Amino acid sequence: MRKIAIYGKGGIGKSTTTQNTVAGLAEMGKNVMVVGCDPKADSTRLLLGGLAQKTVLDTLREEGEDVELDDVIKVGYGGTRNVESGGPEPGVGCAGRGIITSINLLEQLGAWDPEFALDYTFYDVLGDVVCGGFAMPIRDGKAEEIYIVVSGEMMAMYAANNICKGIQKYAQSGTVRLGGLICNSRKVDNEREMIEQLAKQLGTQMIHFVPRDNMVQQAEINRKTVIDFKPEHPQADEYRTLARAIDSNEMFVIPNPLEIDELEKLLIEFGIAN
Amino acid sequence: MLLRHTKKASEAVDRKALTINPAKTCQPVGAMYAALGVHGCLPHSHGSQGCCSYHRSVLTRHYKDPIMASTSSFTEGSSVFGGQANLLTSLSNIFSIYEPDIVAIHSTCLSETIGDDLKQISEKALADGKIPEGKFVVQAATPSYVGSHVTGYANMVTAFVDKFAFKTDEKRRQVNLISGWVEPSDMTELKRIMKVMKVPYVLLPDTSDVVNTPLTGKFKMYPTGGTTIAQMASMGDSIGTIGTGAFCTKDAAIALENKCKVPFKITDVPVGLRATDRFIQAVAKMAKVSVPDEITKERGVLVDAIADMQQYFHNKKVAVYGDPDTITPLVEFLLDLGMKPTAIVSGTPGKAFMKNMETILSEKCPEAKYLNGPTADMYRMHTWIKENPVDLIIGNTYGKYIARDENIPFVRFGFPIIDRIGHSYFPTVGYMGTLRLVEKILNALMDYQDANCPEEKFELVM
Repeated sequence: MRKIAIYGKGGIGKSTTTQNTVAGLAEMGKNVMVVGCDPKADSTRLLLGGLAQKTVLDTLREEGEDVELDDVIKVGYGGTRNVESGGPEPGVGCAGRGIITSINLLEQLGAWDPEFALDYTFYDVLGDVVCGGFAMPIRDGKAEEIYIVVSGEMMAMYAANNICKGIQKYAQSGTVRLGGLICNSRKVDNEREMIEQLAKQLGTQMIHFVPRDNMVQQAEINRKTVIDFKPEHPQADEYRTLARAIDSNEMFVIPNPLEIDELEKLLIEFGIAN
Repeated sequence: MLLRHTKKASEAVDRKALTINPAKTCQPVGAMYAALGVHGCLPHSHGSQGCCSYHRSVLTRHYKDPIMASTSSFTEGSSVFGGQANLLTSLSNIFSIYEPDIVAIHSTCLSETIGDDLKQISEKALADGKIPEGKFVVQAATPSYVGSHVTGYANMVTAFVDKFAFKTDEKRRQVNLISGWVEPSDMTELKRIMKVMKVPYVLLPDTSDVVNTPLTGKFKMYPTGGTTIAQMASMGDSIGTIGTGAFCTKDAAIALENKCKVPFKITDVPVGLRATDRFIQAVAKMAKVSVPDEITKERGVLVDAIADMQQYFHNKKVAVYGDPDTITPLVEFLLDLGMKPTAIVSGTPGKAFMKNMETILSEKCPEAKYLNGPTADMYRMHTWIKENPVDLIIGNTYGKYIARDENIPFVRFGFPIIDRIGHSYFPTVGYMGTLRLVEKILNALMDYQDANCPEEKFELVM
């Protein structure tokens, strides 16, 4: 089983990209589990058709530790297994601890038992890795491949670079590696070239350039992935390509994060300054 | 050798972070102790059960009396979702089962780190009708990764002042005495001094008759002692406030001044001759009374005893550790006795300590080594003792390892003392308390001399 975590700046499209890609993999006949690691619990909406799901932590709170796996895992598009960690309301408690609790509980319950014959687990993590809890999916060999969703906007690249610092830290003592950058286009000038260059400097690759298309939003409003909603649309093929690229990816590296001035230089050379 | 790995200071590794055998404990221990000094008050620990158990046991071991406190009993769920639900349930249960007048909530490392807002939760408890009419909840933030038990004490005392003191139109001819962390016996002595000086007062907190109660055969959840709500309320109308010990009382004195415009004066905890002089002067000046003959007589008796035994103090080197408010006047007093306090540590951080030490020591004992904060631990003091041996160690029970290894006379003073009794009953503040300290120091030195001197130097009369 390949264990993948998707990180990236808040609002960059991690959940959308993850679910669309997972739909691609499911279409290829892969068994995939998606673990949403965001207190907002909106990482599996498109795969479950908007089905409001009971989160692991809600269940834990209401039923104590006698949680059943079936209470928290819901089967969605293409047989995907979907689970949301959940977390406290904004402004109270400790969401980071929630992710640790939730992943530990899933392990105890046997969510990764061989009987499920999983080919992939995807961890969809909240945008800003603000504390140790949000790094849980890349600790102790849980996720071994990381993909960072990024765009040509400065803050997105800045966040990607920061996430690389976290990966570097855990990679030195564990098995986690960076698999590549996924560019979720914002139609910034020279975006493709800039992200390719960023990837190169980080020591990785831009695994796919996902163009911006309104079809993604249309599908989202219908609580579906593009592959599910309009399988024949060109945007669906983009996600299929990304799914295939991840499936056949063999480039796993420990990234070399950039210094801030290097990052700024990159922006000046490729970006809006031109 | 219990501490056989300790090296001489000149050979020890210079540390930046590691603390070895800290000269301090958790903030909530102080918050709990301060809350016990308020009548009918139940300390409540907002965190996991283990915190509360530990803090209670530290206090129980020191006072040999049961220490009552409740806990929010955090589970993993509380850590994730916040402790509000647990605290609300706690308050309902506490008021219906244990019936205190006041619940004094303090936080813990866990509840602070997840960001629980005690004030907001207390307000919600009030709005939800979980706090019965005429009952009160106060709260203090006490994360142990900040400050020490001294900080926790100060925070809780400040919370009481903030909550209960009120200014009315009525002026009261009384002095607020906000006490730094001392023993219940010391609280009794402070009250005796105020009575002898004929100065009406409110003492906050007052742990006498709370943690040193008589055995009556009947358990009282809330013993007779402790500052009452009415007394705390009246503090807003007092002539002024005297705080003994800046670390423990300054915040509360400032809070009272801000809230009720009551002026304050911070003095040292009255340990030793000059600190007691200053305390008595401060009280006399604030209350506009003259110092009664009885106090002057007590002072004379102390001075006489010191003069009689001067030869046994002269140039004896002492290692001192403990809380800044008490060891600062103690160091000053040791110098007055003619002793040399050469090694001093306090685990409680705060720049004022180093400044005060410099002022006190720079002329009279320039060779003295002193430090406070996280790396000012028992290990550091031990390395200093190895480098420059001392004749006496003064501090809490934890010094007994060093005293035994180095064969140095040892006087127990401070918190905690968990292997001897006496501190609950016999004070070390005021002239009479200082006299007891003098006696203890002499006994330790002279017993050592009697046990270790060559036969030809063995004296009948000392």
